[in-house]
Amino acid sequence: MPGDSAQSTSLPAVSRRTALKGVAGLAAAAGATGLLSACGSDSKTSTGTTSNAATGPVTFGSNYSDPQPKAAFAALCTAATSKTSEQITINTADHNTFQNNISNYLQGTPDSLATWFAGYRLQFFAAQNLLSPIDDVWDKIGGNFNDAAKSLSKGLDGHYYLVPIYNYPWVVFYNKSTFSSKGYTVPTTWDDFVALAKKMQTDGLVPLAFAEKDGWPALGTFDIINLRVNGYDNHIKLMKHEIPWTDPSVTAVFNQWRELLPLCQKGANGRIWQDAAKTLENKQAGMMFQGSNQVAANYAASNLADLDFFVFPEINPAYGTDYMDAPTDGFILPKKGKNAGSAKKVLEYIGTPEAETTFLQTDHWDVGLANGLVAPSYNAIQKKSVAEIAKCKNVSQFMDRDTVPDMATAMIKLIQSFIDNPTAANIASIQQSAESQAKSIFAS
Amino acid sequence: MVDTTTRTPASPMATPRRRRGRLRVLTRRDKFVVAAMLGIPLLLEAAFVWFPALATVALSFTKWTGVGGVQMTSCASLPSAPGIPQPGCLYGVQNYHQVFTNYPDFWPAVRHNATWLLVFIVIATPLGMLFAVIIDRGIRGSRIYQSILFLPVMLSLALIGIIWELIYSPNYGLINTIIGRNHNDNLIAWLGNPHLNLWALLVEATWRQAGYVMVLYLAGLKSVDPALREAATVDGATTWQTFWRVVFPAMRPINIVILVVTVIESLRAFDLVYITSNGNPLRGLELLSVSVTQNIVGETQRIGFGSTLGVVLLVISLVPISIFLFQAFRREER
Repeated sequence: MPGDSAQSTSLPAVSRRTALKGVAGLAAAAGATGLLSACGSDSKTSTGTTSNAATGPVTFGSNYSDPQPKAAFAALCTAATSKTSEQITINTADHNTFQNNISNYLQGTPDSLATWFAGYRLQFFAAQNLLSPIDDVWDKIGGNFNDAAKSLSKGLDGHYYLVPIYNYPWVVFYNKSTFSSKGYTVPTTWDDFVALAKKMQTDGLVPLAFAEKDGWPALGTFDIINLRVNGYDNHIKLMKHEIPWTDPSVTAVFNQWRELLPLCQKGANGRIWQDAAKTLENKQAGMMFQGSNQVAANYAASNLADLDFFVFPEINPAYGTDYMDAPTDGFILPKKGKNAGSAKKVLEYIGTPEAETTFLQTDHWDVGLANGLVAPSYNAIQKKSVAEIAKCKNVSQFMDRDTVPDMATAMIKLIQSFIDNPTAANIASIQQSAESQAKSIFAS
Repeated sequence: MVDTTTRTPASPMATPRRRRGRLRVLTRRDKFVVAAMLGIPLLLEAAFVWFPALATVALSFTKWTGVGGVQMTSCASLPSAPGIPQPGCLYGVQNYHQVFTNYPDFWPAVRHNATWLLVFIVIATPLGMLFAVIIDRGIRGSRIYQSILFLPVMLSLALIGIIWELIYSPNYGLINTIIGRNHNDNLIAWLGNPHLNLWALLVEATWRQAGYVMVLYLAGLKSVDPALREAATVDGATTWQTFWRVVFPAMRPINIVILVVTVIESLRAFDLVYITSNGNPLRGLELLSVSVTQNIVGETQRIGFGSTLGVVLLVISLVPISIFLFQAFRREER
């Protein structure tokens, strides 16, 4: 889960504050509405109702459990309170725990609002009737977003279910100093890319830092090669299993990838992505393909100025560099949450460029989605991210957000096996296995 | 209780009738106490062991994402949209069919569980016994050795997993750094290589298990009557013979406990793999217990399918449990 990654360093840091927040969350979840109204709210009438008009204190279920996003989110909520004069209590849960419990959470006593992700992961829960549509919110904020952001926020039924806050691009990162000292130039085609990587190898660098122990990073490589070779529509059809995994177009993706594998860091299946990013930061590696939310976030502030990126080079001229993975995070309105009226007012505020600016104040790797937003706090990487995402004709979310999560899990295993053994025979058996699992996962 | 015994009729009556007679003479209060003392544990056992177990068996015949309830209709008769889950429905033996024929983790998991058990029985447990015997002989510094070997047992398995993850890490780990295999062209992927990682984890597990067995065995050895050994020595037995012919048979109860502990520890192997793989087992580390949680816990849940794997694990676990209980009860009857 690409969205998790900035947060999912191996040891969850439990600070005393987190623990206290957790206790507060428990108390709130246990129905201690008295506690909430004690926080200075004036409305006591609406607790217990879920009607759209209900107003009252808003609770916000958050998975921003790491210190930095947590602080950014707290700043956003403070700003929302001062703008809308709605009281907001934040209930933070550990990032992975929040996700693993999401279906119980949404069916139990969810908060008025919650953090979530765009794409299939949104549609999946919307289609099961666990989220409230927020078309009326979008009537007000619609003008702030482009069509790509709009379609990401909709369920399969065409109604809106999400207000996006930020996204980030999956691109090829490199150190400017390495490129200038060795005289490398940014490749724009596949052949240039492979040639550059081979040059790096002879120069004693690891051409592409690569890690796959976490399971998801290599899904991003599959995504981008599929987007470059077969285009966005084909990729999404494959994700929805409208194209079989045994299709020759999938074989083409693996064959393309095979050319690159000898140039990638060895032993990827046993390495966490943070270690791969460290290889790049230490200039032992020349390039690394991953999300800015991970690579840039993992860089020391002093090295960040040296970091730059280019979009994954063109493979098939028919599709150029028109697409990329740019996972989007945002906020949902759980159907069983309380005080939906007030919650919608908060969402209306969050869907503005100024709210995104507030949120991104301390964030140096994600970018807001509002039209033309260039927050004053943006660094060079962020400014370039905005420009490159805007150039895309379409952005996909990431394999584990565009398909059924079980299918993404199955693909993790198969891609790890591909990395261990990238032979034609293994590719064939991987495709067979992917298809037979897809049949059972997508089975009616 | 005192007055019940005094009122109990004398013994010559037949056993079943005597029992019924005893029940009749219990006071109301005694009956209440007996009912409470039997009923409460029984209720707890039913609620927390039998109900979940039976519910798992029932769920293994359904398809359910955990959203809404389970309808008593067949999945085939419900409408479906690709990629959007149906409400919970009856799925027949489809899950079992999937587990045995299509689920790629299943057979590797069975194999790895068996390997785990084998390594524990052949290496970890004998190693612990060896440590115990050596320490029991009172070599110099035995207390220090004892503490060092027992230390891993005091760490939680999760912590052990994290410690060893740092040791095995490919570029920055202890082992690769010391042996100089941390460069891109020669590094050893201890945890990434599917032929290597199970053994790497078994080293971690053995590290702890040996200490655990050592302590159990040491306690057993201390309770063996020294006169037995002296007698053996007087009869001219060597140390080797004394241990295998005299001490080992005398420790039969402890040996059985250790065997049971070993089997149980290997069937419930889970923590190390879960920590090392962050929940989604790496290739080469599939285990039945991890497969169960992987399907049941998570953002989208395949509860029916996960329950099926749980039932398979239950059936496998029943074999050693039954053997042990059978043995235990037979001994009691004797």
